[in-house]
Amino acid sequence: MSSALLEVRQLCKSFGALRATDQVDLAVSEGETHAIIGPNGAGKTTLIGQLAGNLRPDSGSIHFSGEDVTRLATHKRSHRGLSRSFQITSVYRNFSALENVSLAIQAHRGHSFRFWKPARTERVLTDPALELLKKVNLETRADVLAANLAHGEQRQLEIAMALASRPRLLLLDEPVAGMGIEESQRMIGFLAGLKGSATMILVEHDMDAVFALADRISVLVYGRIIATGTPAEIRANAEVRRAYLGEDA
Amino acid sequence: MPAPRTLVLFALLAVLAAVPPLAAAFNEPFYLDLFRRIMIFSIAALSLNLILGYGGMVSFGHAAYLGIGAYSVGILAFYDITSGWLQWPLAIGASAILAAAIGAVSIRTSGIYFIMITLAFTQMLYYFGISLEEFGGDDGMRLKAKSDFSGLIDLNDPTAFYYLVLALLVVLLWLVHRIVNSRFGRVIRAAHSNEARTRAIGLSPYPYRLAAFVIAGAICGLAGALLVNHTAYLTPDFMNWTRSGELMFMVILGGIATTSGPLLGAAALLLLEDWLQGSDLLPKDWVRDHWQLYLGLVLILVVVFAKRGLAGLFAGRHE
Amino acid sequence: MNLVLVAEQTLNGLQLGVMLFLMAAGLTLVFGIMNLVNLAHGSLYMVGAYLATYIFQATGSWALSILGGLGGTFIVGILTEVIALRTLYERDHLDQVLATFGLILFFNELVAILWGRTAIYSTIPQYLSGHVELGAGLRYPLYRMVIIGVGLAVAALLWYVVTRTRLGMLIRAGASNRTMVAALGVNIRLLYTIVFGFGAALAGLAGLLSGPVYAVQPGMGELILIQVFVVIVIGGIGSIRGALAGALIVGMVDTLGRAFLKPMLATIISPAAADTLGPSLASMLIYLLMAIVLAFRPAGLFPARG
Repeated sequence: MSSALLEVRQLCKSFGALRATDQVDLAVSEGETHAIIGPNGAGKTTLIGQLAGNLRPDSGSIHFSGEDVTRLATHKRSHRGLSRSFQITSVYRNFSALENVSLAIQAHRGHSFRFWKPARTERVLTDPALELLKKVNLETRADVLAANLAHGEQRQLEIAMALASRPRLLLLDEPVAGMGIEESQRMIGFLAGLKGSATMILVEHDMDAVFALADRISVLVYGRIIATGTPAEIRANAEVRRAYLGEDA
Repeated sequence: MPAPRTLVLFALLAVLAAVPPLAAAFNEPFYLDLFRRIMIFSIAALSLNLILGYGGMVSFGHAAYLGIGAYSVGILAFYDITSGWLQWPLAIGASAILAAAIGAVSIRTSGIYFIMITLAFTQMLYYFGISLEEFGGDDGMRLKAKSDFSGLIDLNDPTAFYYLVLALLVVLLWLVHRIVNSRFGRVIRAAHSNEARTRAIGLSPYPYRLAAFVIAGAICGLAGALLVNHTAYLTPDFMNWTRSGELMFMVILGGIATTSGPLLGAAALLLLEDWLQGSDLLPKDWVRDHWQLYLGLVLILVVVFAKRGLAGLFAGRHE
Repeated sequence: MNLVLVAEQTLNGLQLGVMLFLMAAGLTLVFGIMNLVNLAHGSLYMVGAYLATYIFQATGSWALSILGGLGGTFIVGILTEVIALRTLYERDHLDQVLATFGLILFFNELVAILWGRTAIYSTIPQYLSGHVELGAGLRYPLYRMVIIGVGLAVAALLWYVVTRTRLGMLIRAGASNRTMVAALGVNIRLLYTIVFGFGAALAGLAGLLSGPVYAVQPGMGELILIQVFVVIVIGGIGSIRGALAGALIVGMVDTLGRAFLKPMLATIISPAAADTLGPSLASMLIYLLMAIVLAFRPAGLFPARG
């Protein structure tokens, strides 16, 4: 059973009287794309926060590749192969797109106690950064300040940065949030292209994205996982339809 | 064609280089003194700019390192160790060590806590300085002898000293410029810009911030060594928190996170102070005797209305 | 080192602690609710001291000087808030620090213009001078007992207001969620102004009480302000309980340290060394304490947002 890349057992987190995460169990295998859906306030971002290391669970455990990472600091998780994108775009606004990705690469390429050489001139950083920007269709915008990129472009930049560390597991918090139809389609297509080579946990509201990408889906309601299964199984699940999908999903 | 801001910087440096001959020509040695003072404070300000301007670390205790540098030189001179080759590295080293100690505790905190803690530690050093009775305590004491560089340069010669400070200023401006654009500098700026993002990509801000804090402290220690040789007097007031406030003001006024900012800010503040205190254009009773009142008002107005500082007037793209 | 001396110094520590609390309560409230770093809080302390001293010298009535000191500081606080501080609520801490630093310079000079730079001493009215017999040979100044009494009374009053009244509820709610309180239709501006004025009055009270004990001079506020920062850091920002705990701890450690560290050291090392080391160490004691507390509790002992 422990061929799972990520194993979450009985995870609990409360904020005062509010049970944001209530005995959550989750197992994601290598190469799988696993979606987490649920109504607003269900605790999806809190769950991602605990997986990424920003929040400490009250109890329960998180194992990544067999190692207990429950209390491991965020930056160390990145070096274990766990990478995330943020729901509310969180890039370096006064760095260019290229510098954003270049820095994400720098974090994993050698050490950063270098005081002399301008980082801008380091090909070992900028070449792979450009490659990643190409992958997300941003290479023409490489020198634009992140603050001046369109919203959708910033979301693409987020993904590029998440990929910079060549992660084994990608935590994507609402990757298509706030994107128009065309942009969403492109992003979904891009993520579909990643399937298989990367393991992904996807938190999403956009049902098109979810059903197009997910191998398995977990449904989170009031901090509890009420159902886990393939898209077909979830669609057919009566409890899920009542709680979330609506009767005509 | 270099950016407008670079041109301004070179112009400023050229002006500074021209001051000694001009001062001699017009027989106004006072200006030699004033501009040398401006340059020394520029060095202190540029060290603060590294951590505050680029790193967002609002250290209210930076004047402590001016004091440590000054006292290192002053105390050694008191015991007749006047070799600058010994004193100045010690001043820098002592400042670095204390910065490491203070930083190790303070940098674990952030925001308002960090401000208060750095302030509190500086005051601690200030009170410690006052308690050192053999070195003048509250009143301070005269510097026994200026630092001696075995004939290479004579600090008693105002012009030679002036050009030494100018040379050091140029070197340090360049050094900090390289640091800011290096991998290290990028991490510092990134951690300031978006700390959560920085952790997410795999970097913990703490070690880098601590290193920056130590570097800034060391540079400021050198400024302290220069300052005590300049004033020929040693006093705990070098470490007073109002001095820290002045340094911060210089950084803001000049424009944070710019290369020429600290220089512009130091010049502007010191020239303003000098003008308020000494200008014949201003009434003595109402203005000159109480110049700090007007300085305070200027400070408030600048903070409220002139966010980008003087360097912002020559603004180009963000650096 | 006899028991009477220890008891006396303990009371002194309590007195200092109570004064620090009056200052810290205002400062921590303002920070907790309005997210405003106000370095000029010490200036309000100074204003209280000067106003009270001036009124007492002019009228000879202590009661009037209290009212004048409190009321005057309250008004100065409100004016400062309305004129200078409102723009700063939205700004970052650095801007607030610098702007209020400018205010310090302004107030110090203003006071120097009005009353000169040399220290003035305010006098205690006849009926409050003299000593109280506390038994076992301990005689303690009546005035200092009054300070302790007033301080504890204010602490009790604050506790009552914050936990039992509507205003207090708004204050506590505002401390944890500003936007929510505003969304509930409460006039945030008015609330802020009142809280600030309240904090200013507390500082003014500390100032007017301290006048007879410490010197009244420009810059007096900054001397105590740093200690108040230490109190707030140790106690936890935004928390009145933390302010009280921190203030009493700092007051005790500082006073007892200054009184007893030198003799205590003299038993271990040579008296000559203790003579120099003792006072130096004593003056650093509260900062070392702060460093130690932070090592274990980076958010202070009783942080407001749990």
